[in-house]
Amino acid sequence: MLRRNLMLAVALGATLLSGAAYAADPVSIVYIPKNTGNPYFDSIIKGFEDGCKTLGCEFTTVAPASAEATSQIPFVTAQIQRGVNVVAISPNSPDALNLVFDRARAKGTIILSVNSDMPGNETHRDAAILPVDFTKTGPSQVELLGKQIGYEGEIAILSATTDAPDQNVWIAAMKDTLEKDPKYAKMKLVTIAYGDDDPQKSTTETEALLANYPNLKGIISPTTVGVAAAAQVVETAKKADTVKVVGLGTPNQMRRFIENGTVEAFQLWSPYNQGLLAANFAVGVKNGTIKNEAGTVFEVPGLGKVTVEKDSVIKTQADLTTFDKTNIADFNF
Amino acid sequence: MNPIARLFRAREAGILVMLVLFVAVVSLIQPRFFSTETLRIVLLAVPLILVAAMGQMMVLVARHVDLSIGSILGFSAIAAGMVFRDHPELPLFVGFAVGVLSGAALGFVNGLVVTVFKLPSIIVTLGTLSLYRGLLFILSGSKQIDPNDIPEPLIRMAQTSPIDIPWIVIIAFGVAFATWLFLTYSQIGRQIYAIGSNPVAAPLRGIRVMPVTILVFTLSGALAGLAGLIYAARFGYVNPGITGVGFEFTVIAAVVIGGVSINGGVGSVLGTVLGVLLLGSVQVALPILGVSGFWQNAIYGGIILIALVIDRTVRQGGLRGLLARGGA
Amino acid sequence: MNSIEKSPMPATTPRVIVREAAAPRPRWQVWLIRPEVVTLLLLVIAAIVATRLSPFFADLGFILESSTYYIEFAIVALVLTIVIISGEIDLSPAAQMALSACLFGTAFKAGAPIPVAMAVSLLSGLIMGAFNGVLVTVLRLPSIIVTIGTLILYRGLAQVLAGDKSISGFPSWFVGIDYRMVGIVPVPVLIFIAASILLGLFLGITIYGRQIYQIGTSEIAAIHAGLRVRRIKMGLFIASGLVSSIAGLMVASRLGSVRYDLATGGELTMVLIVMLGGTYIFGGRGSILGTFLAAWLLVIIATGMTVANIAINAQLTVMGLLLIVSIIATNAIYARSQR
Repeated sequence: MLRRNLMLAVALGATLLSGAAYAADPVSIVYIPKNTGNPYFDSIIKGFEDGCKTLGCEFTTVAPASAEATSQIPFVTAQIQRGVNVVAISPNSPDALNLVFDRARAKGTIILSVNSDMPGNETHRDAAILPVDFTKTGPSQVELLGKQIGYEGEIAILSATTDAPDQNVWIAAMKDTLEKDPKYAKMKLVTIAYGDDDPQKSTTETEALLANYPNLKGIISPTTVGVAAAAQVVETAKKADTVKVVGLGTPNQMRRFIENGTVEAFQLWSPYNQGLLAANFAVGVKNGTIKNEAGTVFEVPGLGKVTVEKDSVIKTQADLTTFDKTNIADFNF
Repeated sequence: MNPIARLFRAREAGILVMLVLFVAVVSLIQPRFFSTETLRIVLLAVPLILVAAMGQMMVLVARHVDLSIGSILGFSAIAAGMVFRDHPELPLFVGFAVGVLSGAALGFVNGLVVTVFKLPSIIVTLGTLSLYRGLLFILSGSKQIDPNDIPEPLIRMAQTSPIDIPWIVIIAFGVAFATWLFLTYSQIGRQIYAIGSNPVAAPLRGIRVMPVTILVFTLSGALAGLAGLIYAARFGYVNPGITGVGFEFTVIAAVVIGGVSINGGVGSVLGTVLGVLLLGSVQVALPILGVSGFWQNAIYGGIILIALVIDRTVRQGGLRGLLARGGA
Repeated sequence: MNSIEKSPMPATTPRVIVREAAAPRPRWQVWLIRPEVVTLLLLVIAAIVATRLSPFFADLGFILESSTYYIEFAIVALVLTIVIISGEIDLSPAAQMALSACLFGTAFKAGAPIPVAMAVSLLSGLIMGAFNGVLVTVLRLPSIIVTIGTLILYRGLAQVLAGDKSISGFPSWFVGIDYRMVGIVPVPVLIFIAASILLGLFLGITIYGRQIYQIGTSEIAAIHAGLRVRRIKMGLFIASGLVSSIAGLMVASRLGSVRYDLATGGELTMVLIVMLGGTYIFGGRGSILGTFLAAWLLVIIATGMTVANIAINAQLTVMGLLLIVSIIATNAIYARSQR
């Protein structure tokens, strides 16, 4: 304790002495994705990097090898020890990190949840940056599938883990849309399968779907691992004409399926933009130019005006982007 | 002993009975299970485990264990994937060769460390499990190999072939057959059994333990490498953090269920094939039965333990023999 | 000069030839050339390297704080050391931690007061350990495969209990054990030190300790010497289960929640700690001191690399290499001292 206080005092002194007349030292940001080797998060990192190049903040990224609930804790502690100003993180668990976040914030570190929020535990983070308006994701996906199957027939959902908060929000909205909107009255949701974001499990679950429901017309898989696995299974089973697959996938992962016709269209948003926005927001809050409260509007070069909403939630873009044969060549992530 | 009784006493009988019982019970509950469609799915799920199981079986027979095959699988898949991605103009078999050879190299290192330093293989391969996983992260630059980069012909190998049975199934059973030939009819094959059942006596009989052991690990690595390519064919992409993680436990489970003894010297290809089929059937049956994913692991664990007990019962000659064995 | 003295009468037995006995190993060799010294050396080297790698490392408070992430595994590793010395192995403790923690959480959620829930958890540890013990000592199944089977089983049962969800909401007096301090030392570290002393004394001084070494060296000889091998091994598996459930409770307190995938990968970490400490995998040799030092070695390496922002790729590679190097060294030392 004593030694740490001493170090802190020396650091403060150094900061004070080294030019109090200028703007503060560059803001240091670290981004901790769910795990390493995931191309989706690599895009977010790129957004951060480009943002910091313009803004002059210091950016680093570290990641655990696996995405289980507690794998990020030692990293957060180490970053606090390094004295970073902002910890941006895509949390692997809605609540396992609460205690370590509290300790970080007690030291003045800003905690940003990027790409997903921590339902039920929002008080433990400063703000959340979401990729898109989550309430619109479900209905969009239902509409996309409906268009392809003529708004009629049995459909199934292949999700990630049963506990995944994002997917559950979207699925709830999908169910709601299917029940309430008369446009989809002839579409019937027969089951929800869980692939745990594991390629092997997602594959066997999809195969089981095809075996158990011979009249299945469509599969919605709102997770990048799931939609790729489902498309693969449908292609191998040579059922691409009778079973339509839609979901949330990355262009690079789905390109083959679009080009060979297995999948007509799928959706996503731009993870890159999230990184960019997060970098801008973090620097702004740290420097005091952006107030972290509902109603604040700020501008991000390249994205336009962004609003901070209730509970400090920020949405990067309003609608999903749909990818199909006509535009998939334009994207590389 | 009359031939019928001998048939029943055969180790493999136990597993065959388990397999038949399992299929029967599941088909009663869910008649859809008993169909060509299911058979097709099971046959698709099997090659990945079967190929690696052949290698692991030989390692176990030699009284060793190889816990690093999951990481070897990942490494080979990444290496082959990078060849496909960065040199798409090269023919398919180059990627295959790279995958299998890199697996063999890693297996060779395992064998070398175990024999030269006379270290227990469980610990060495525990270390190489981490080491090879770290190396594959470095090799891939932490980037996954996208479906984009996997060549069409490879994917199609997991879907079809001139006789409509997917290539990977043919390859897997071919490997099993080759292993059986090797172990039954070749000098070295018999030597592996000898080393496993009595490592002290083996050198006295003129068996060169060190080269044979290194060979066994190299083969295990090469087969894990082949499994890596099958993975890429079946799932369409390779990710450094996911591919092959936990694979070693599945394979060891299948091999043990198939009657291979952890103490070496005992085990047959047929038994291992049946063990893999049983595990594959369980993997496929659970989602078809609508069993919640949560029960799957518990069921696998239970099956392994039951298989062990059954195996031990058969070998000790009945339950009474099982419980009467000595020890204070 | 040796000579055979010819006896006067050829029918009687000749004198026995006496050779000079080989000189005993010098005392300093016995004390210093042992695996624990290698571990200590690695520890010192690691600490120096870590300090060089990052200026943020050399902060005792930080190191102690970070050690709490590994302490639960270290405590179980202590008991695992004894299991391995006796000639068996147990790969299921991490899964036992998860299952007993989930039982704790489930009991709590069902309305049981915390002490009752804790008792349920500890009881489950005993049962799981006993189950392993029965399979190994009564049914005589090889412990490595049995515990691989039970590790899958227990983890699966934890999944059945808790599903994918985490259970939390424990009262604040229970939570945050890693932040209860005595001075700058977190309570879990104190528990670890206390356990090390206790178990070290048990192994080194009591008769059971001696017997465990004997059993590990040669089970057949031990049986013939009249040792109650089965009973001792059963006791060790039960102890392993009990300590795993205690460790599971510590994790529950540290995180403030429990999930089925708690302590994933822990089995490898625990074996790593035991092996780094110089314990011989085939039994008969090893010490608590070695495991104690090895735990700190692991903490320093992991913490040092993480705070220096070294990528996980390198961390995995280093861990793997370290394990191999340490067992080569350990084996070399044991081989030399076999004579």
